[in-house]
Amino acid sequence: MNGSRARFLPPLRFMRVKGDRIMTDTLHSSVLSSARPKPGSQVETEVLNRRDIFEKTQAAEIAVLTPTDPGGLSHDLRHALAARIAALHGEAEQAARYAAGVTDAALAPLASVGTTADDAQVQAMLTFTDAVSTNPREIVAEDVTALQSAGVSDADIVRLAELNAFLAYQLRLIAGLRLLVEAAE
Amino acid sequence: MSDEIIRRFTRNVPEWRPRVTPVKLAEATQEQLDALQVTPSNTKVSDYVLVLAHDVETLKVRSPLFNAIMYGKGGLSRAERELGALAASIVNHCIYCAAVHADRHAQLSKDKTVTDKLFAMGEQADLGPRDRAILDFGMRLARTPQQATAQELAKLREAGLDEGEILDLILSTALFSWANRLMHILGDPVRKSG
Repeated sequence: MNGSRARFLPPLRFMRVKGDRIMTDTLHSSVLSSARPKPGSQVETEVLNRRDIFEKTQAAEIAVLTPTDPGGLSHDLRHALAARIAALHGEAEQAARYAAGVTDAALAPLASVGTTADDAQVQAMLTFTDAVSTNPREIVAEDVTALQSAGVSDADIVRLAELNAFLAYQLRLIAGLRLLVEAAE
Repeated sequence: MSDEIIRRFTRNVPEWRPRVTPVKLAEATQEQLDALQVTPSNTKVSDYVLVLAHDVETLKVRSPLFNAIMYGKGGLSRAERELGALAASIVNHCIYCAAVHADRHAQLSKDKTVTDKLFAMGEQADLGPRDRAILDFGMRLARTPQQATAQELAKLREAGLDEGEILDLILSTALFSWANRLMHILGDPVRKSG
């Protein structure tokens, strides 16, 4: 279980004592596959103390990238936008991971920062995504109205905001954890 | 009667006026009702949550994640997790989030001076070394691209935070980088007048 169609990175494997036995356990988490805390380190211990948080974070990746009901945002478009958001955050590995989940060649270019779309709705979503990712403080009501004017439904506006918002969380969790892991080396 | 949009930081929690139409409770699907935790005895749901119900699959996983990060046992104190939330909310200028979590910080720490200074002087606020280190790290992590470095991390350690506390700080600031992008994007903080 990888969580979305995004490229698979190896899960975190760790040792766990159960009764008088030592066993290997596995935690599927895109965040941990990227930050890779060292086996037996204090960082790994604290991560495992919060195992539920990392599992719930992975469940959120599934809900945002490959929901059962994608509404007007196809799984392909979601992966392209996620890759673009990761690139805007300077997280190249995550950008590549999400871009690998785009199967529609027509949408693949949108993963790159600065590209535009011919479709007015998709273009409105790109403009909105770039602004929400990089400078959310400047967003005003007119930015939401622009989506509505382009024909994006209110439900899809919420889906798009959640996609941006979740990525803002996941990418910072990766970046912060990476700092902790590097400092421990 | 008109609503005034609040543009300055305050601990006095405003109302939230959605920019998109919330899901109507009477028209909600069973999945939405489950995620909203609507029961015959609990039918009061905020506009904010009714807006988020448009993406019910995400709402369903986000609420337990939010609770685990902000209220989970051990690690960083609850008041200091609120500071992590505030760091992001100030960077992202989410007036509503900042009000709720400044108020919560004041209650949990039984001290209003930290958030008074924060709102009066912003990022330059004159705070104790531990609060200062937490806010500096959080504010840098909240920017895009994130700007926290080994230097701000070292300041957290100097201020006495251990590995688990720092991880909780990363989590709360990251979580509000999410929450701010819903609250500040999908609605306005207002005060009803008239």
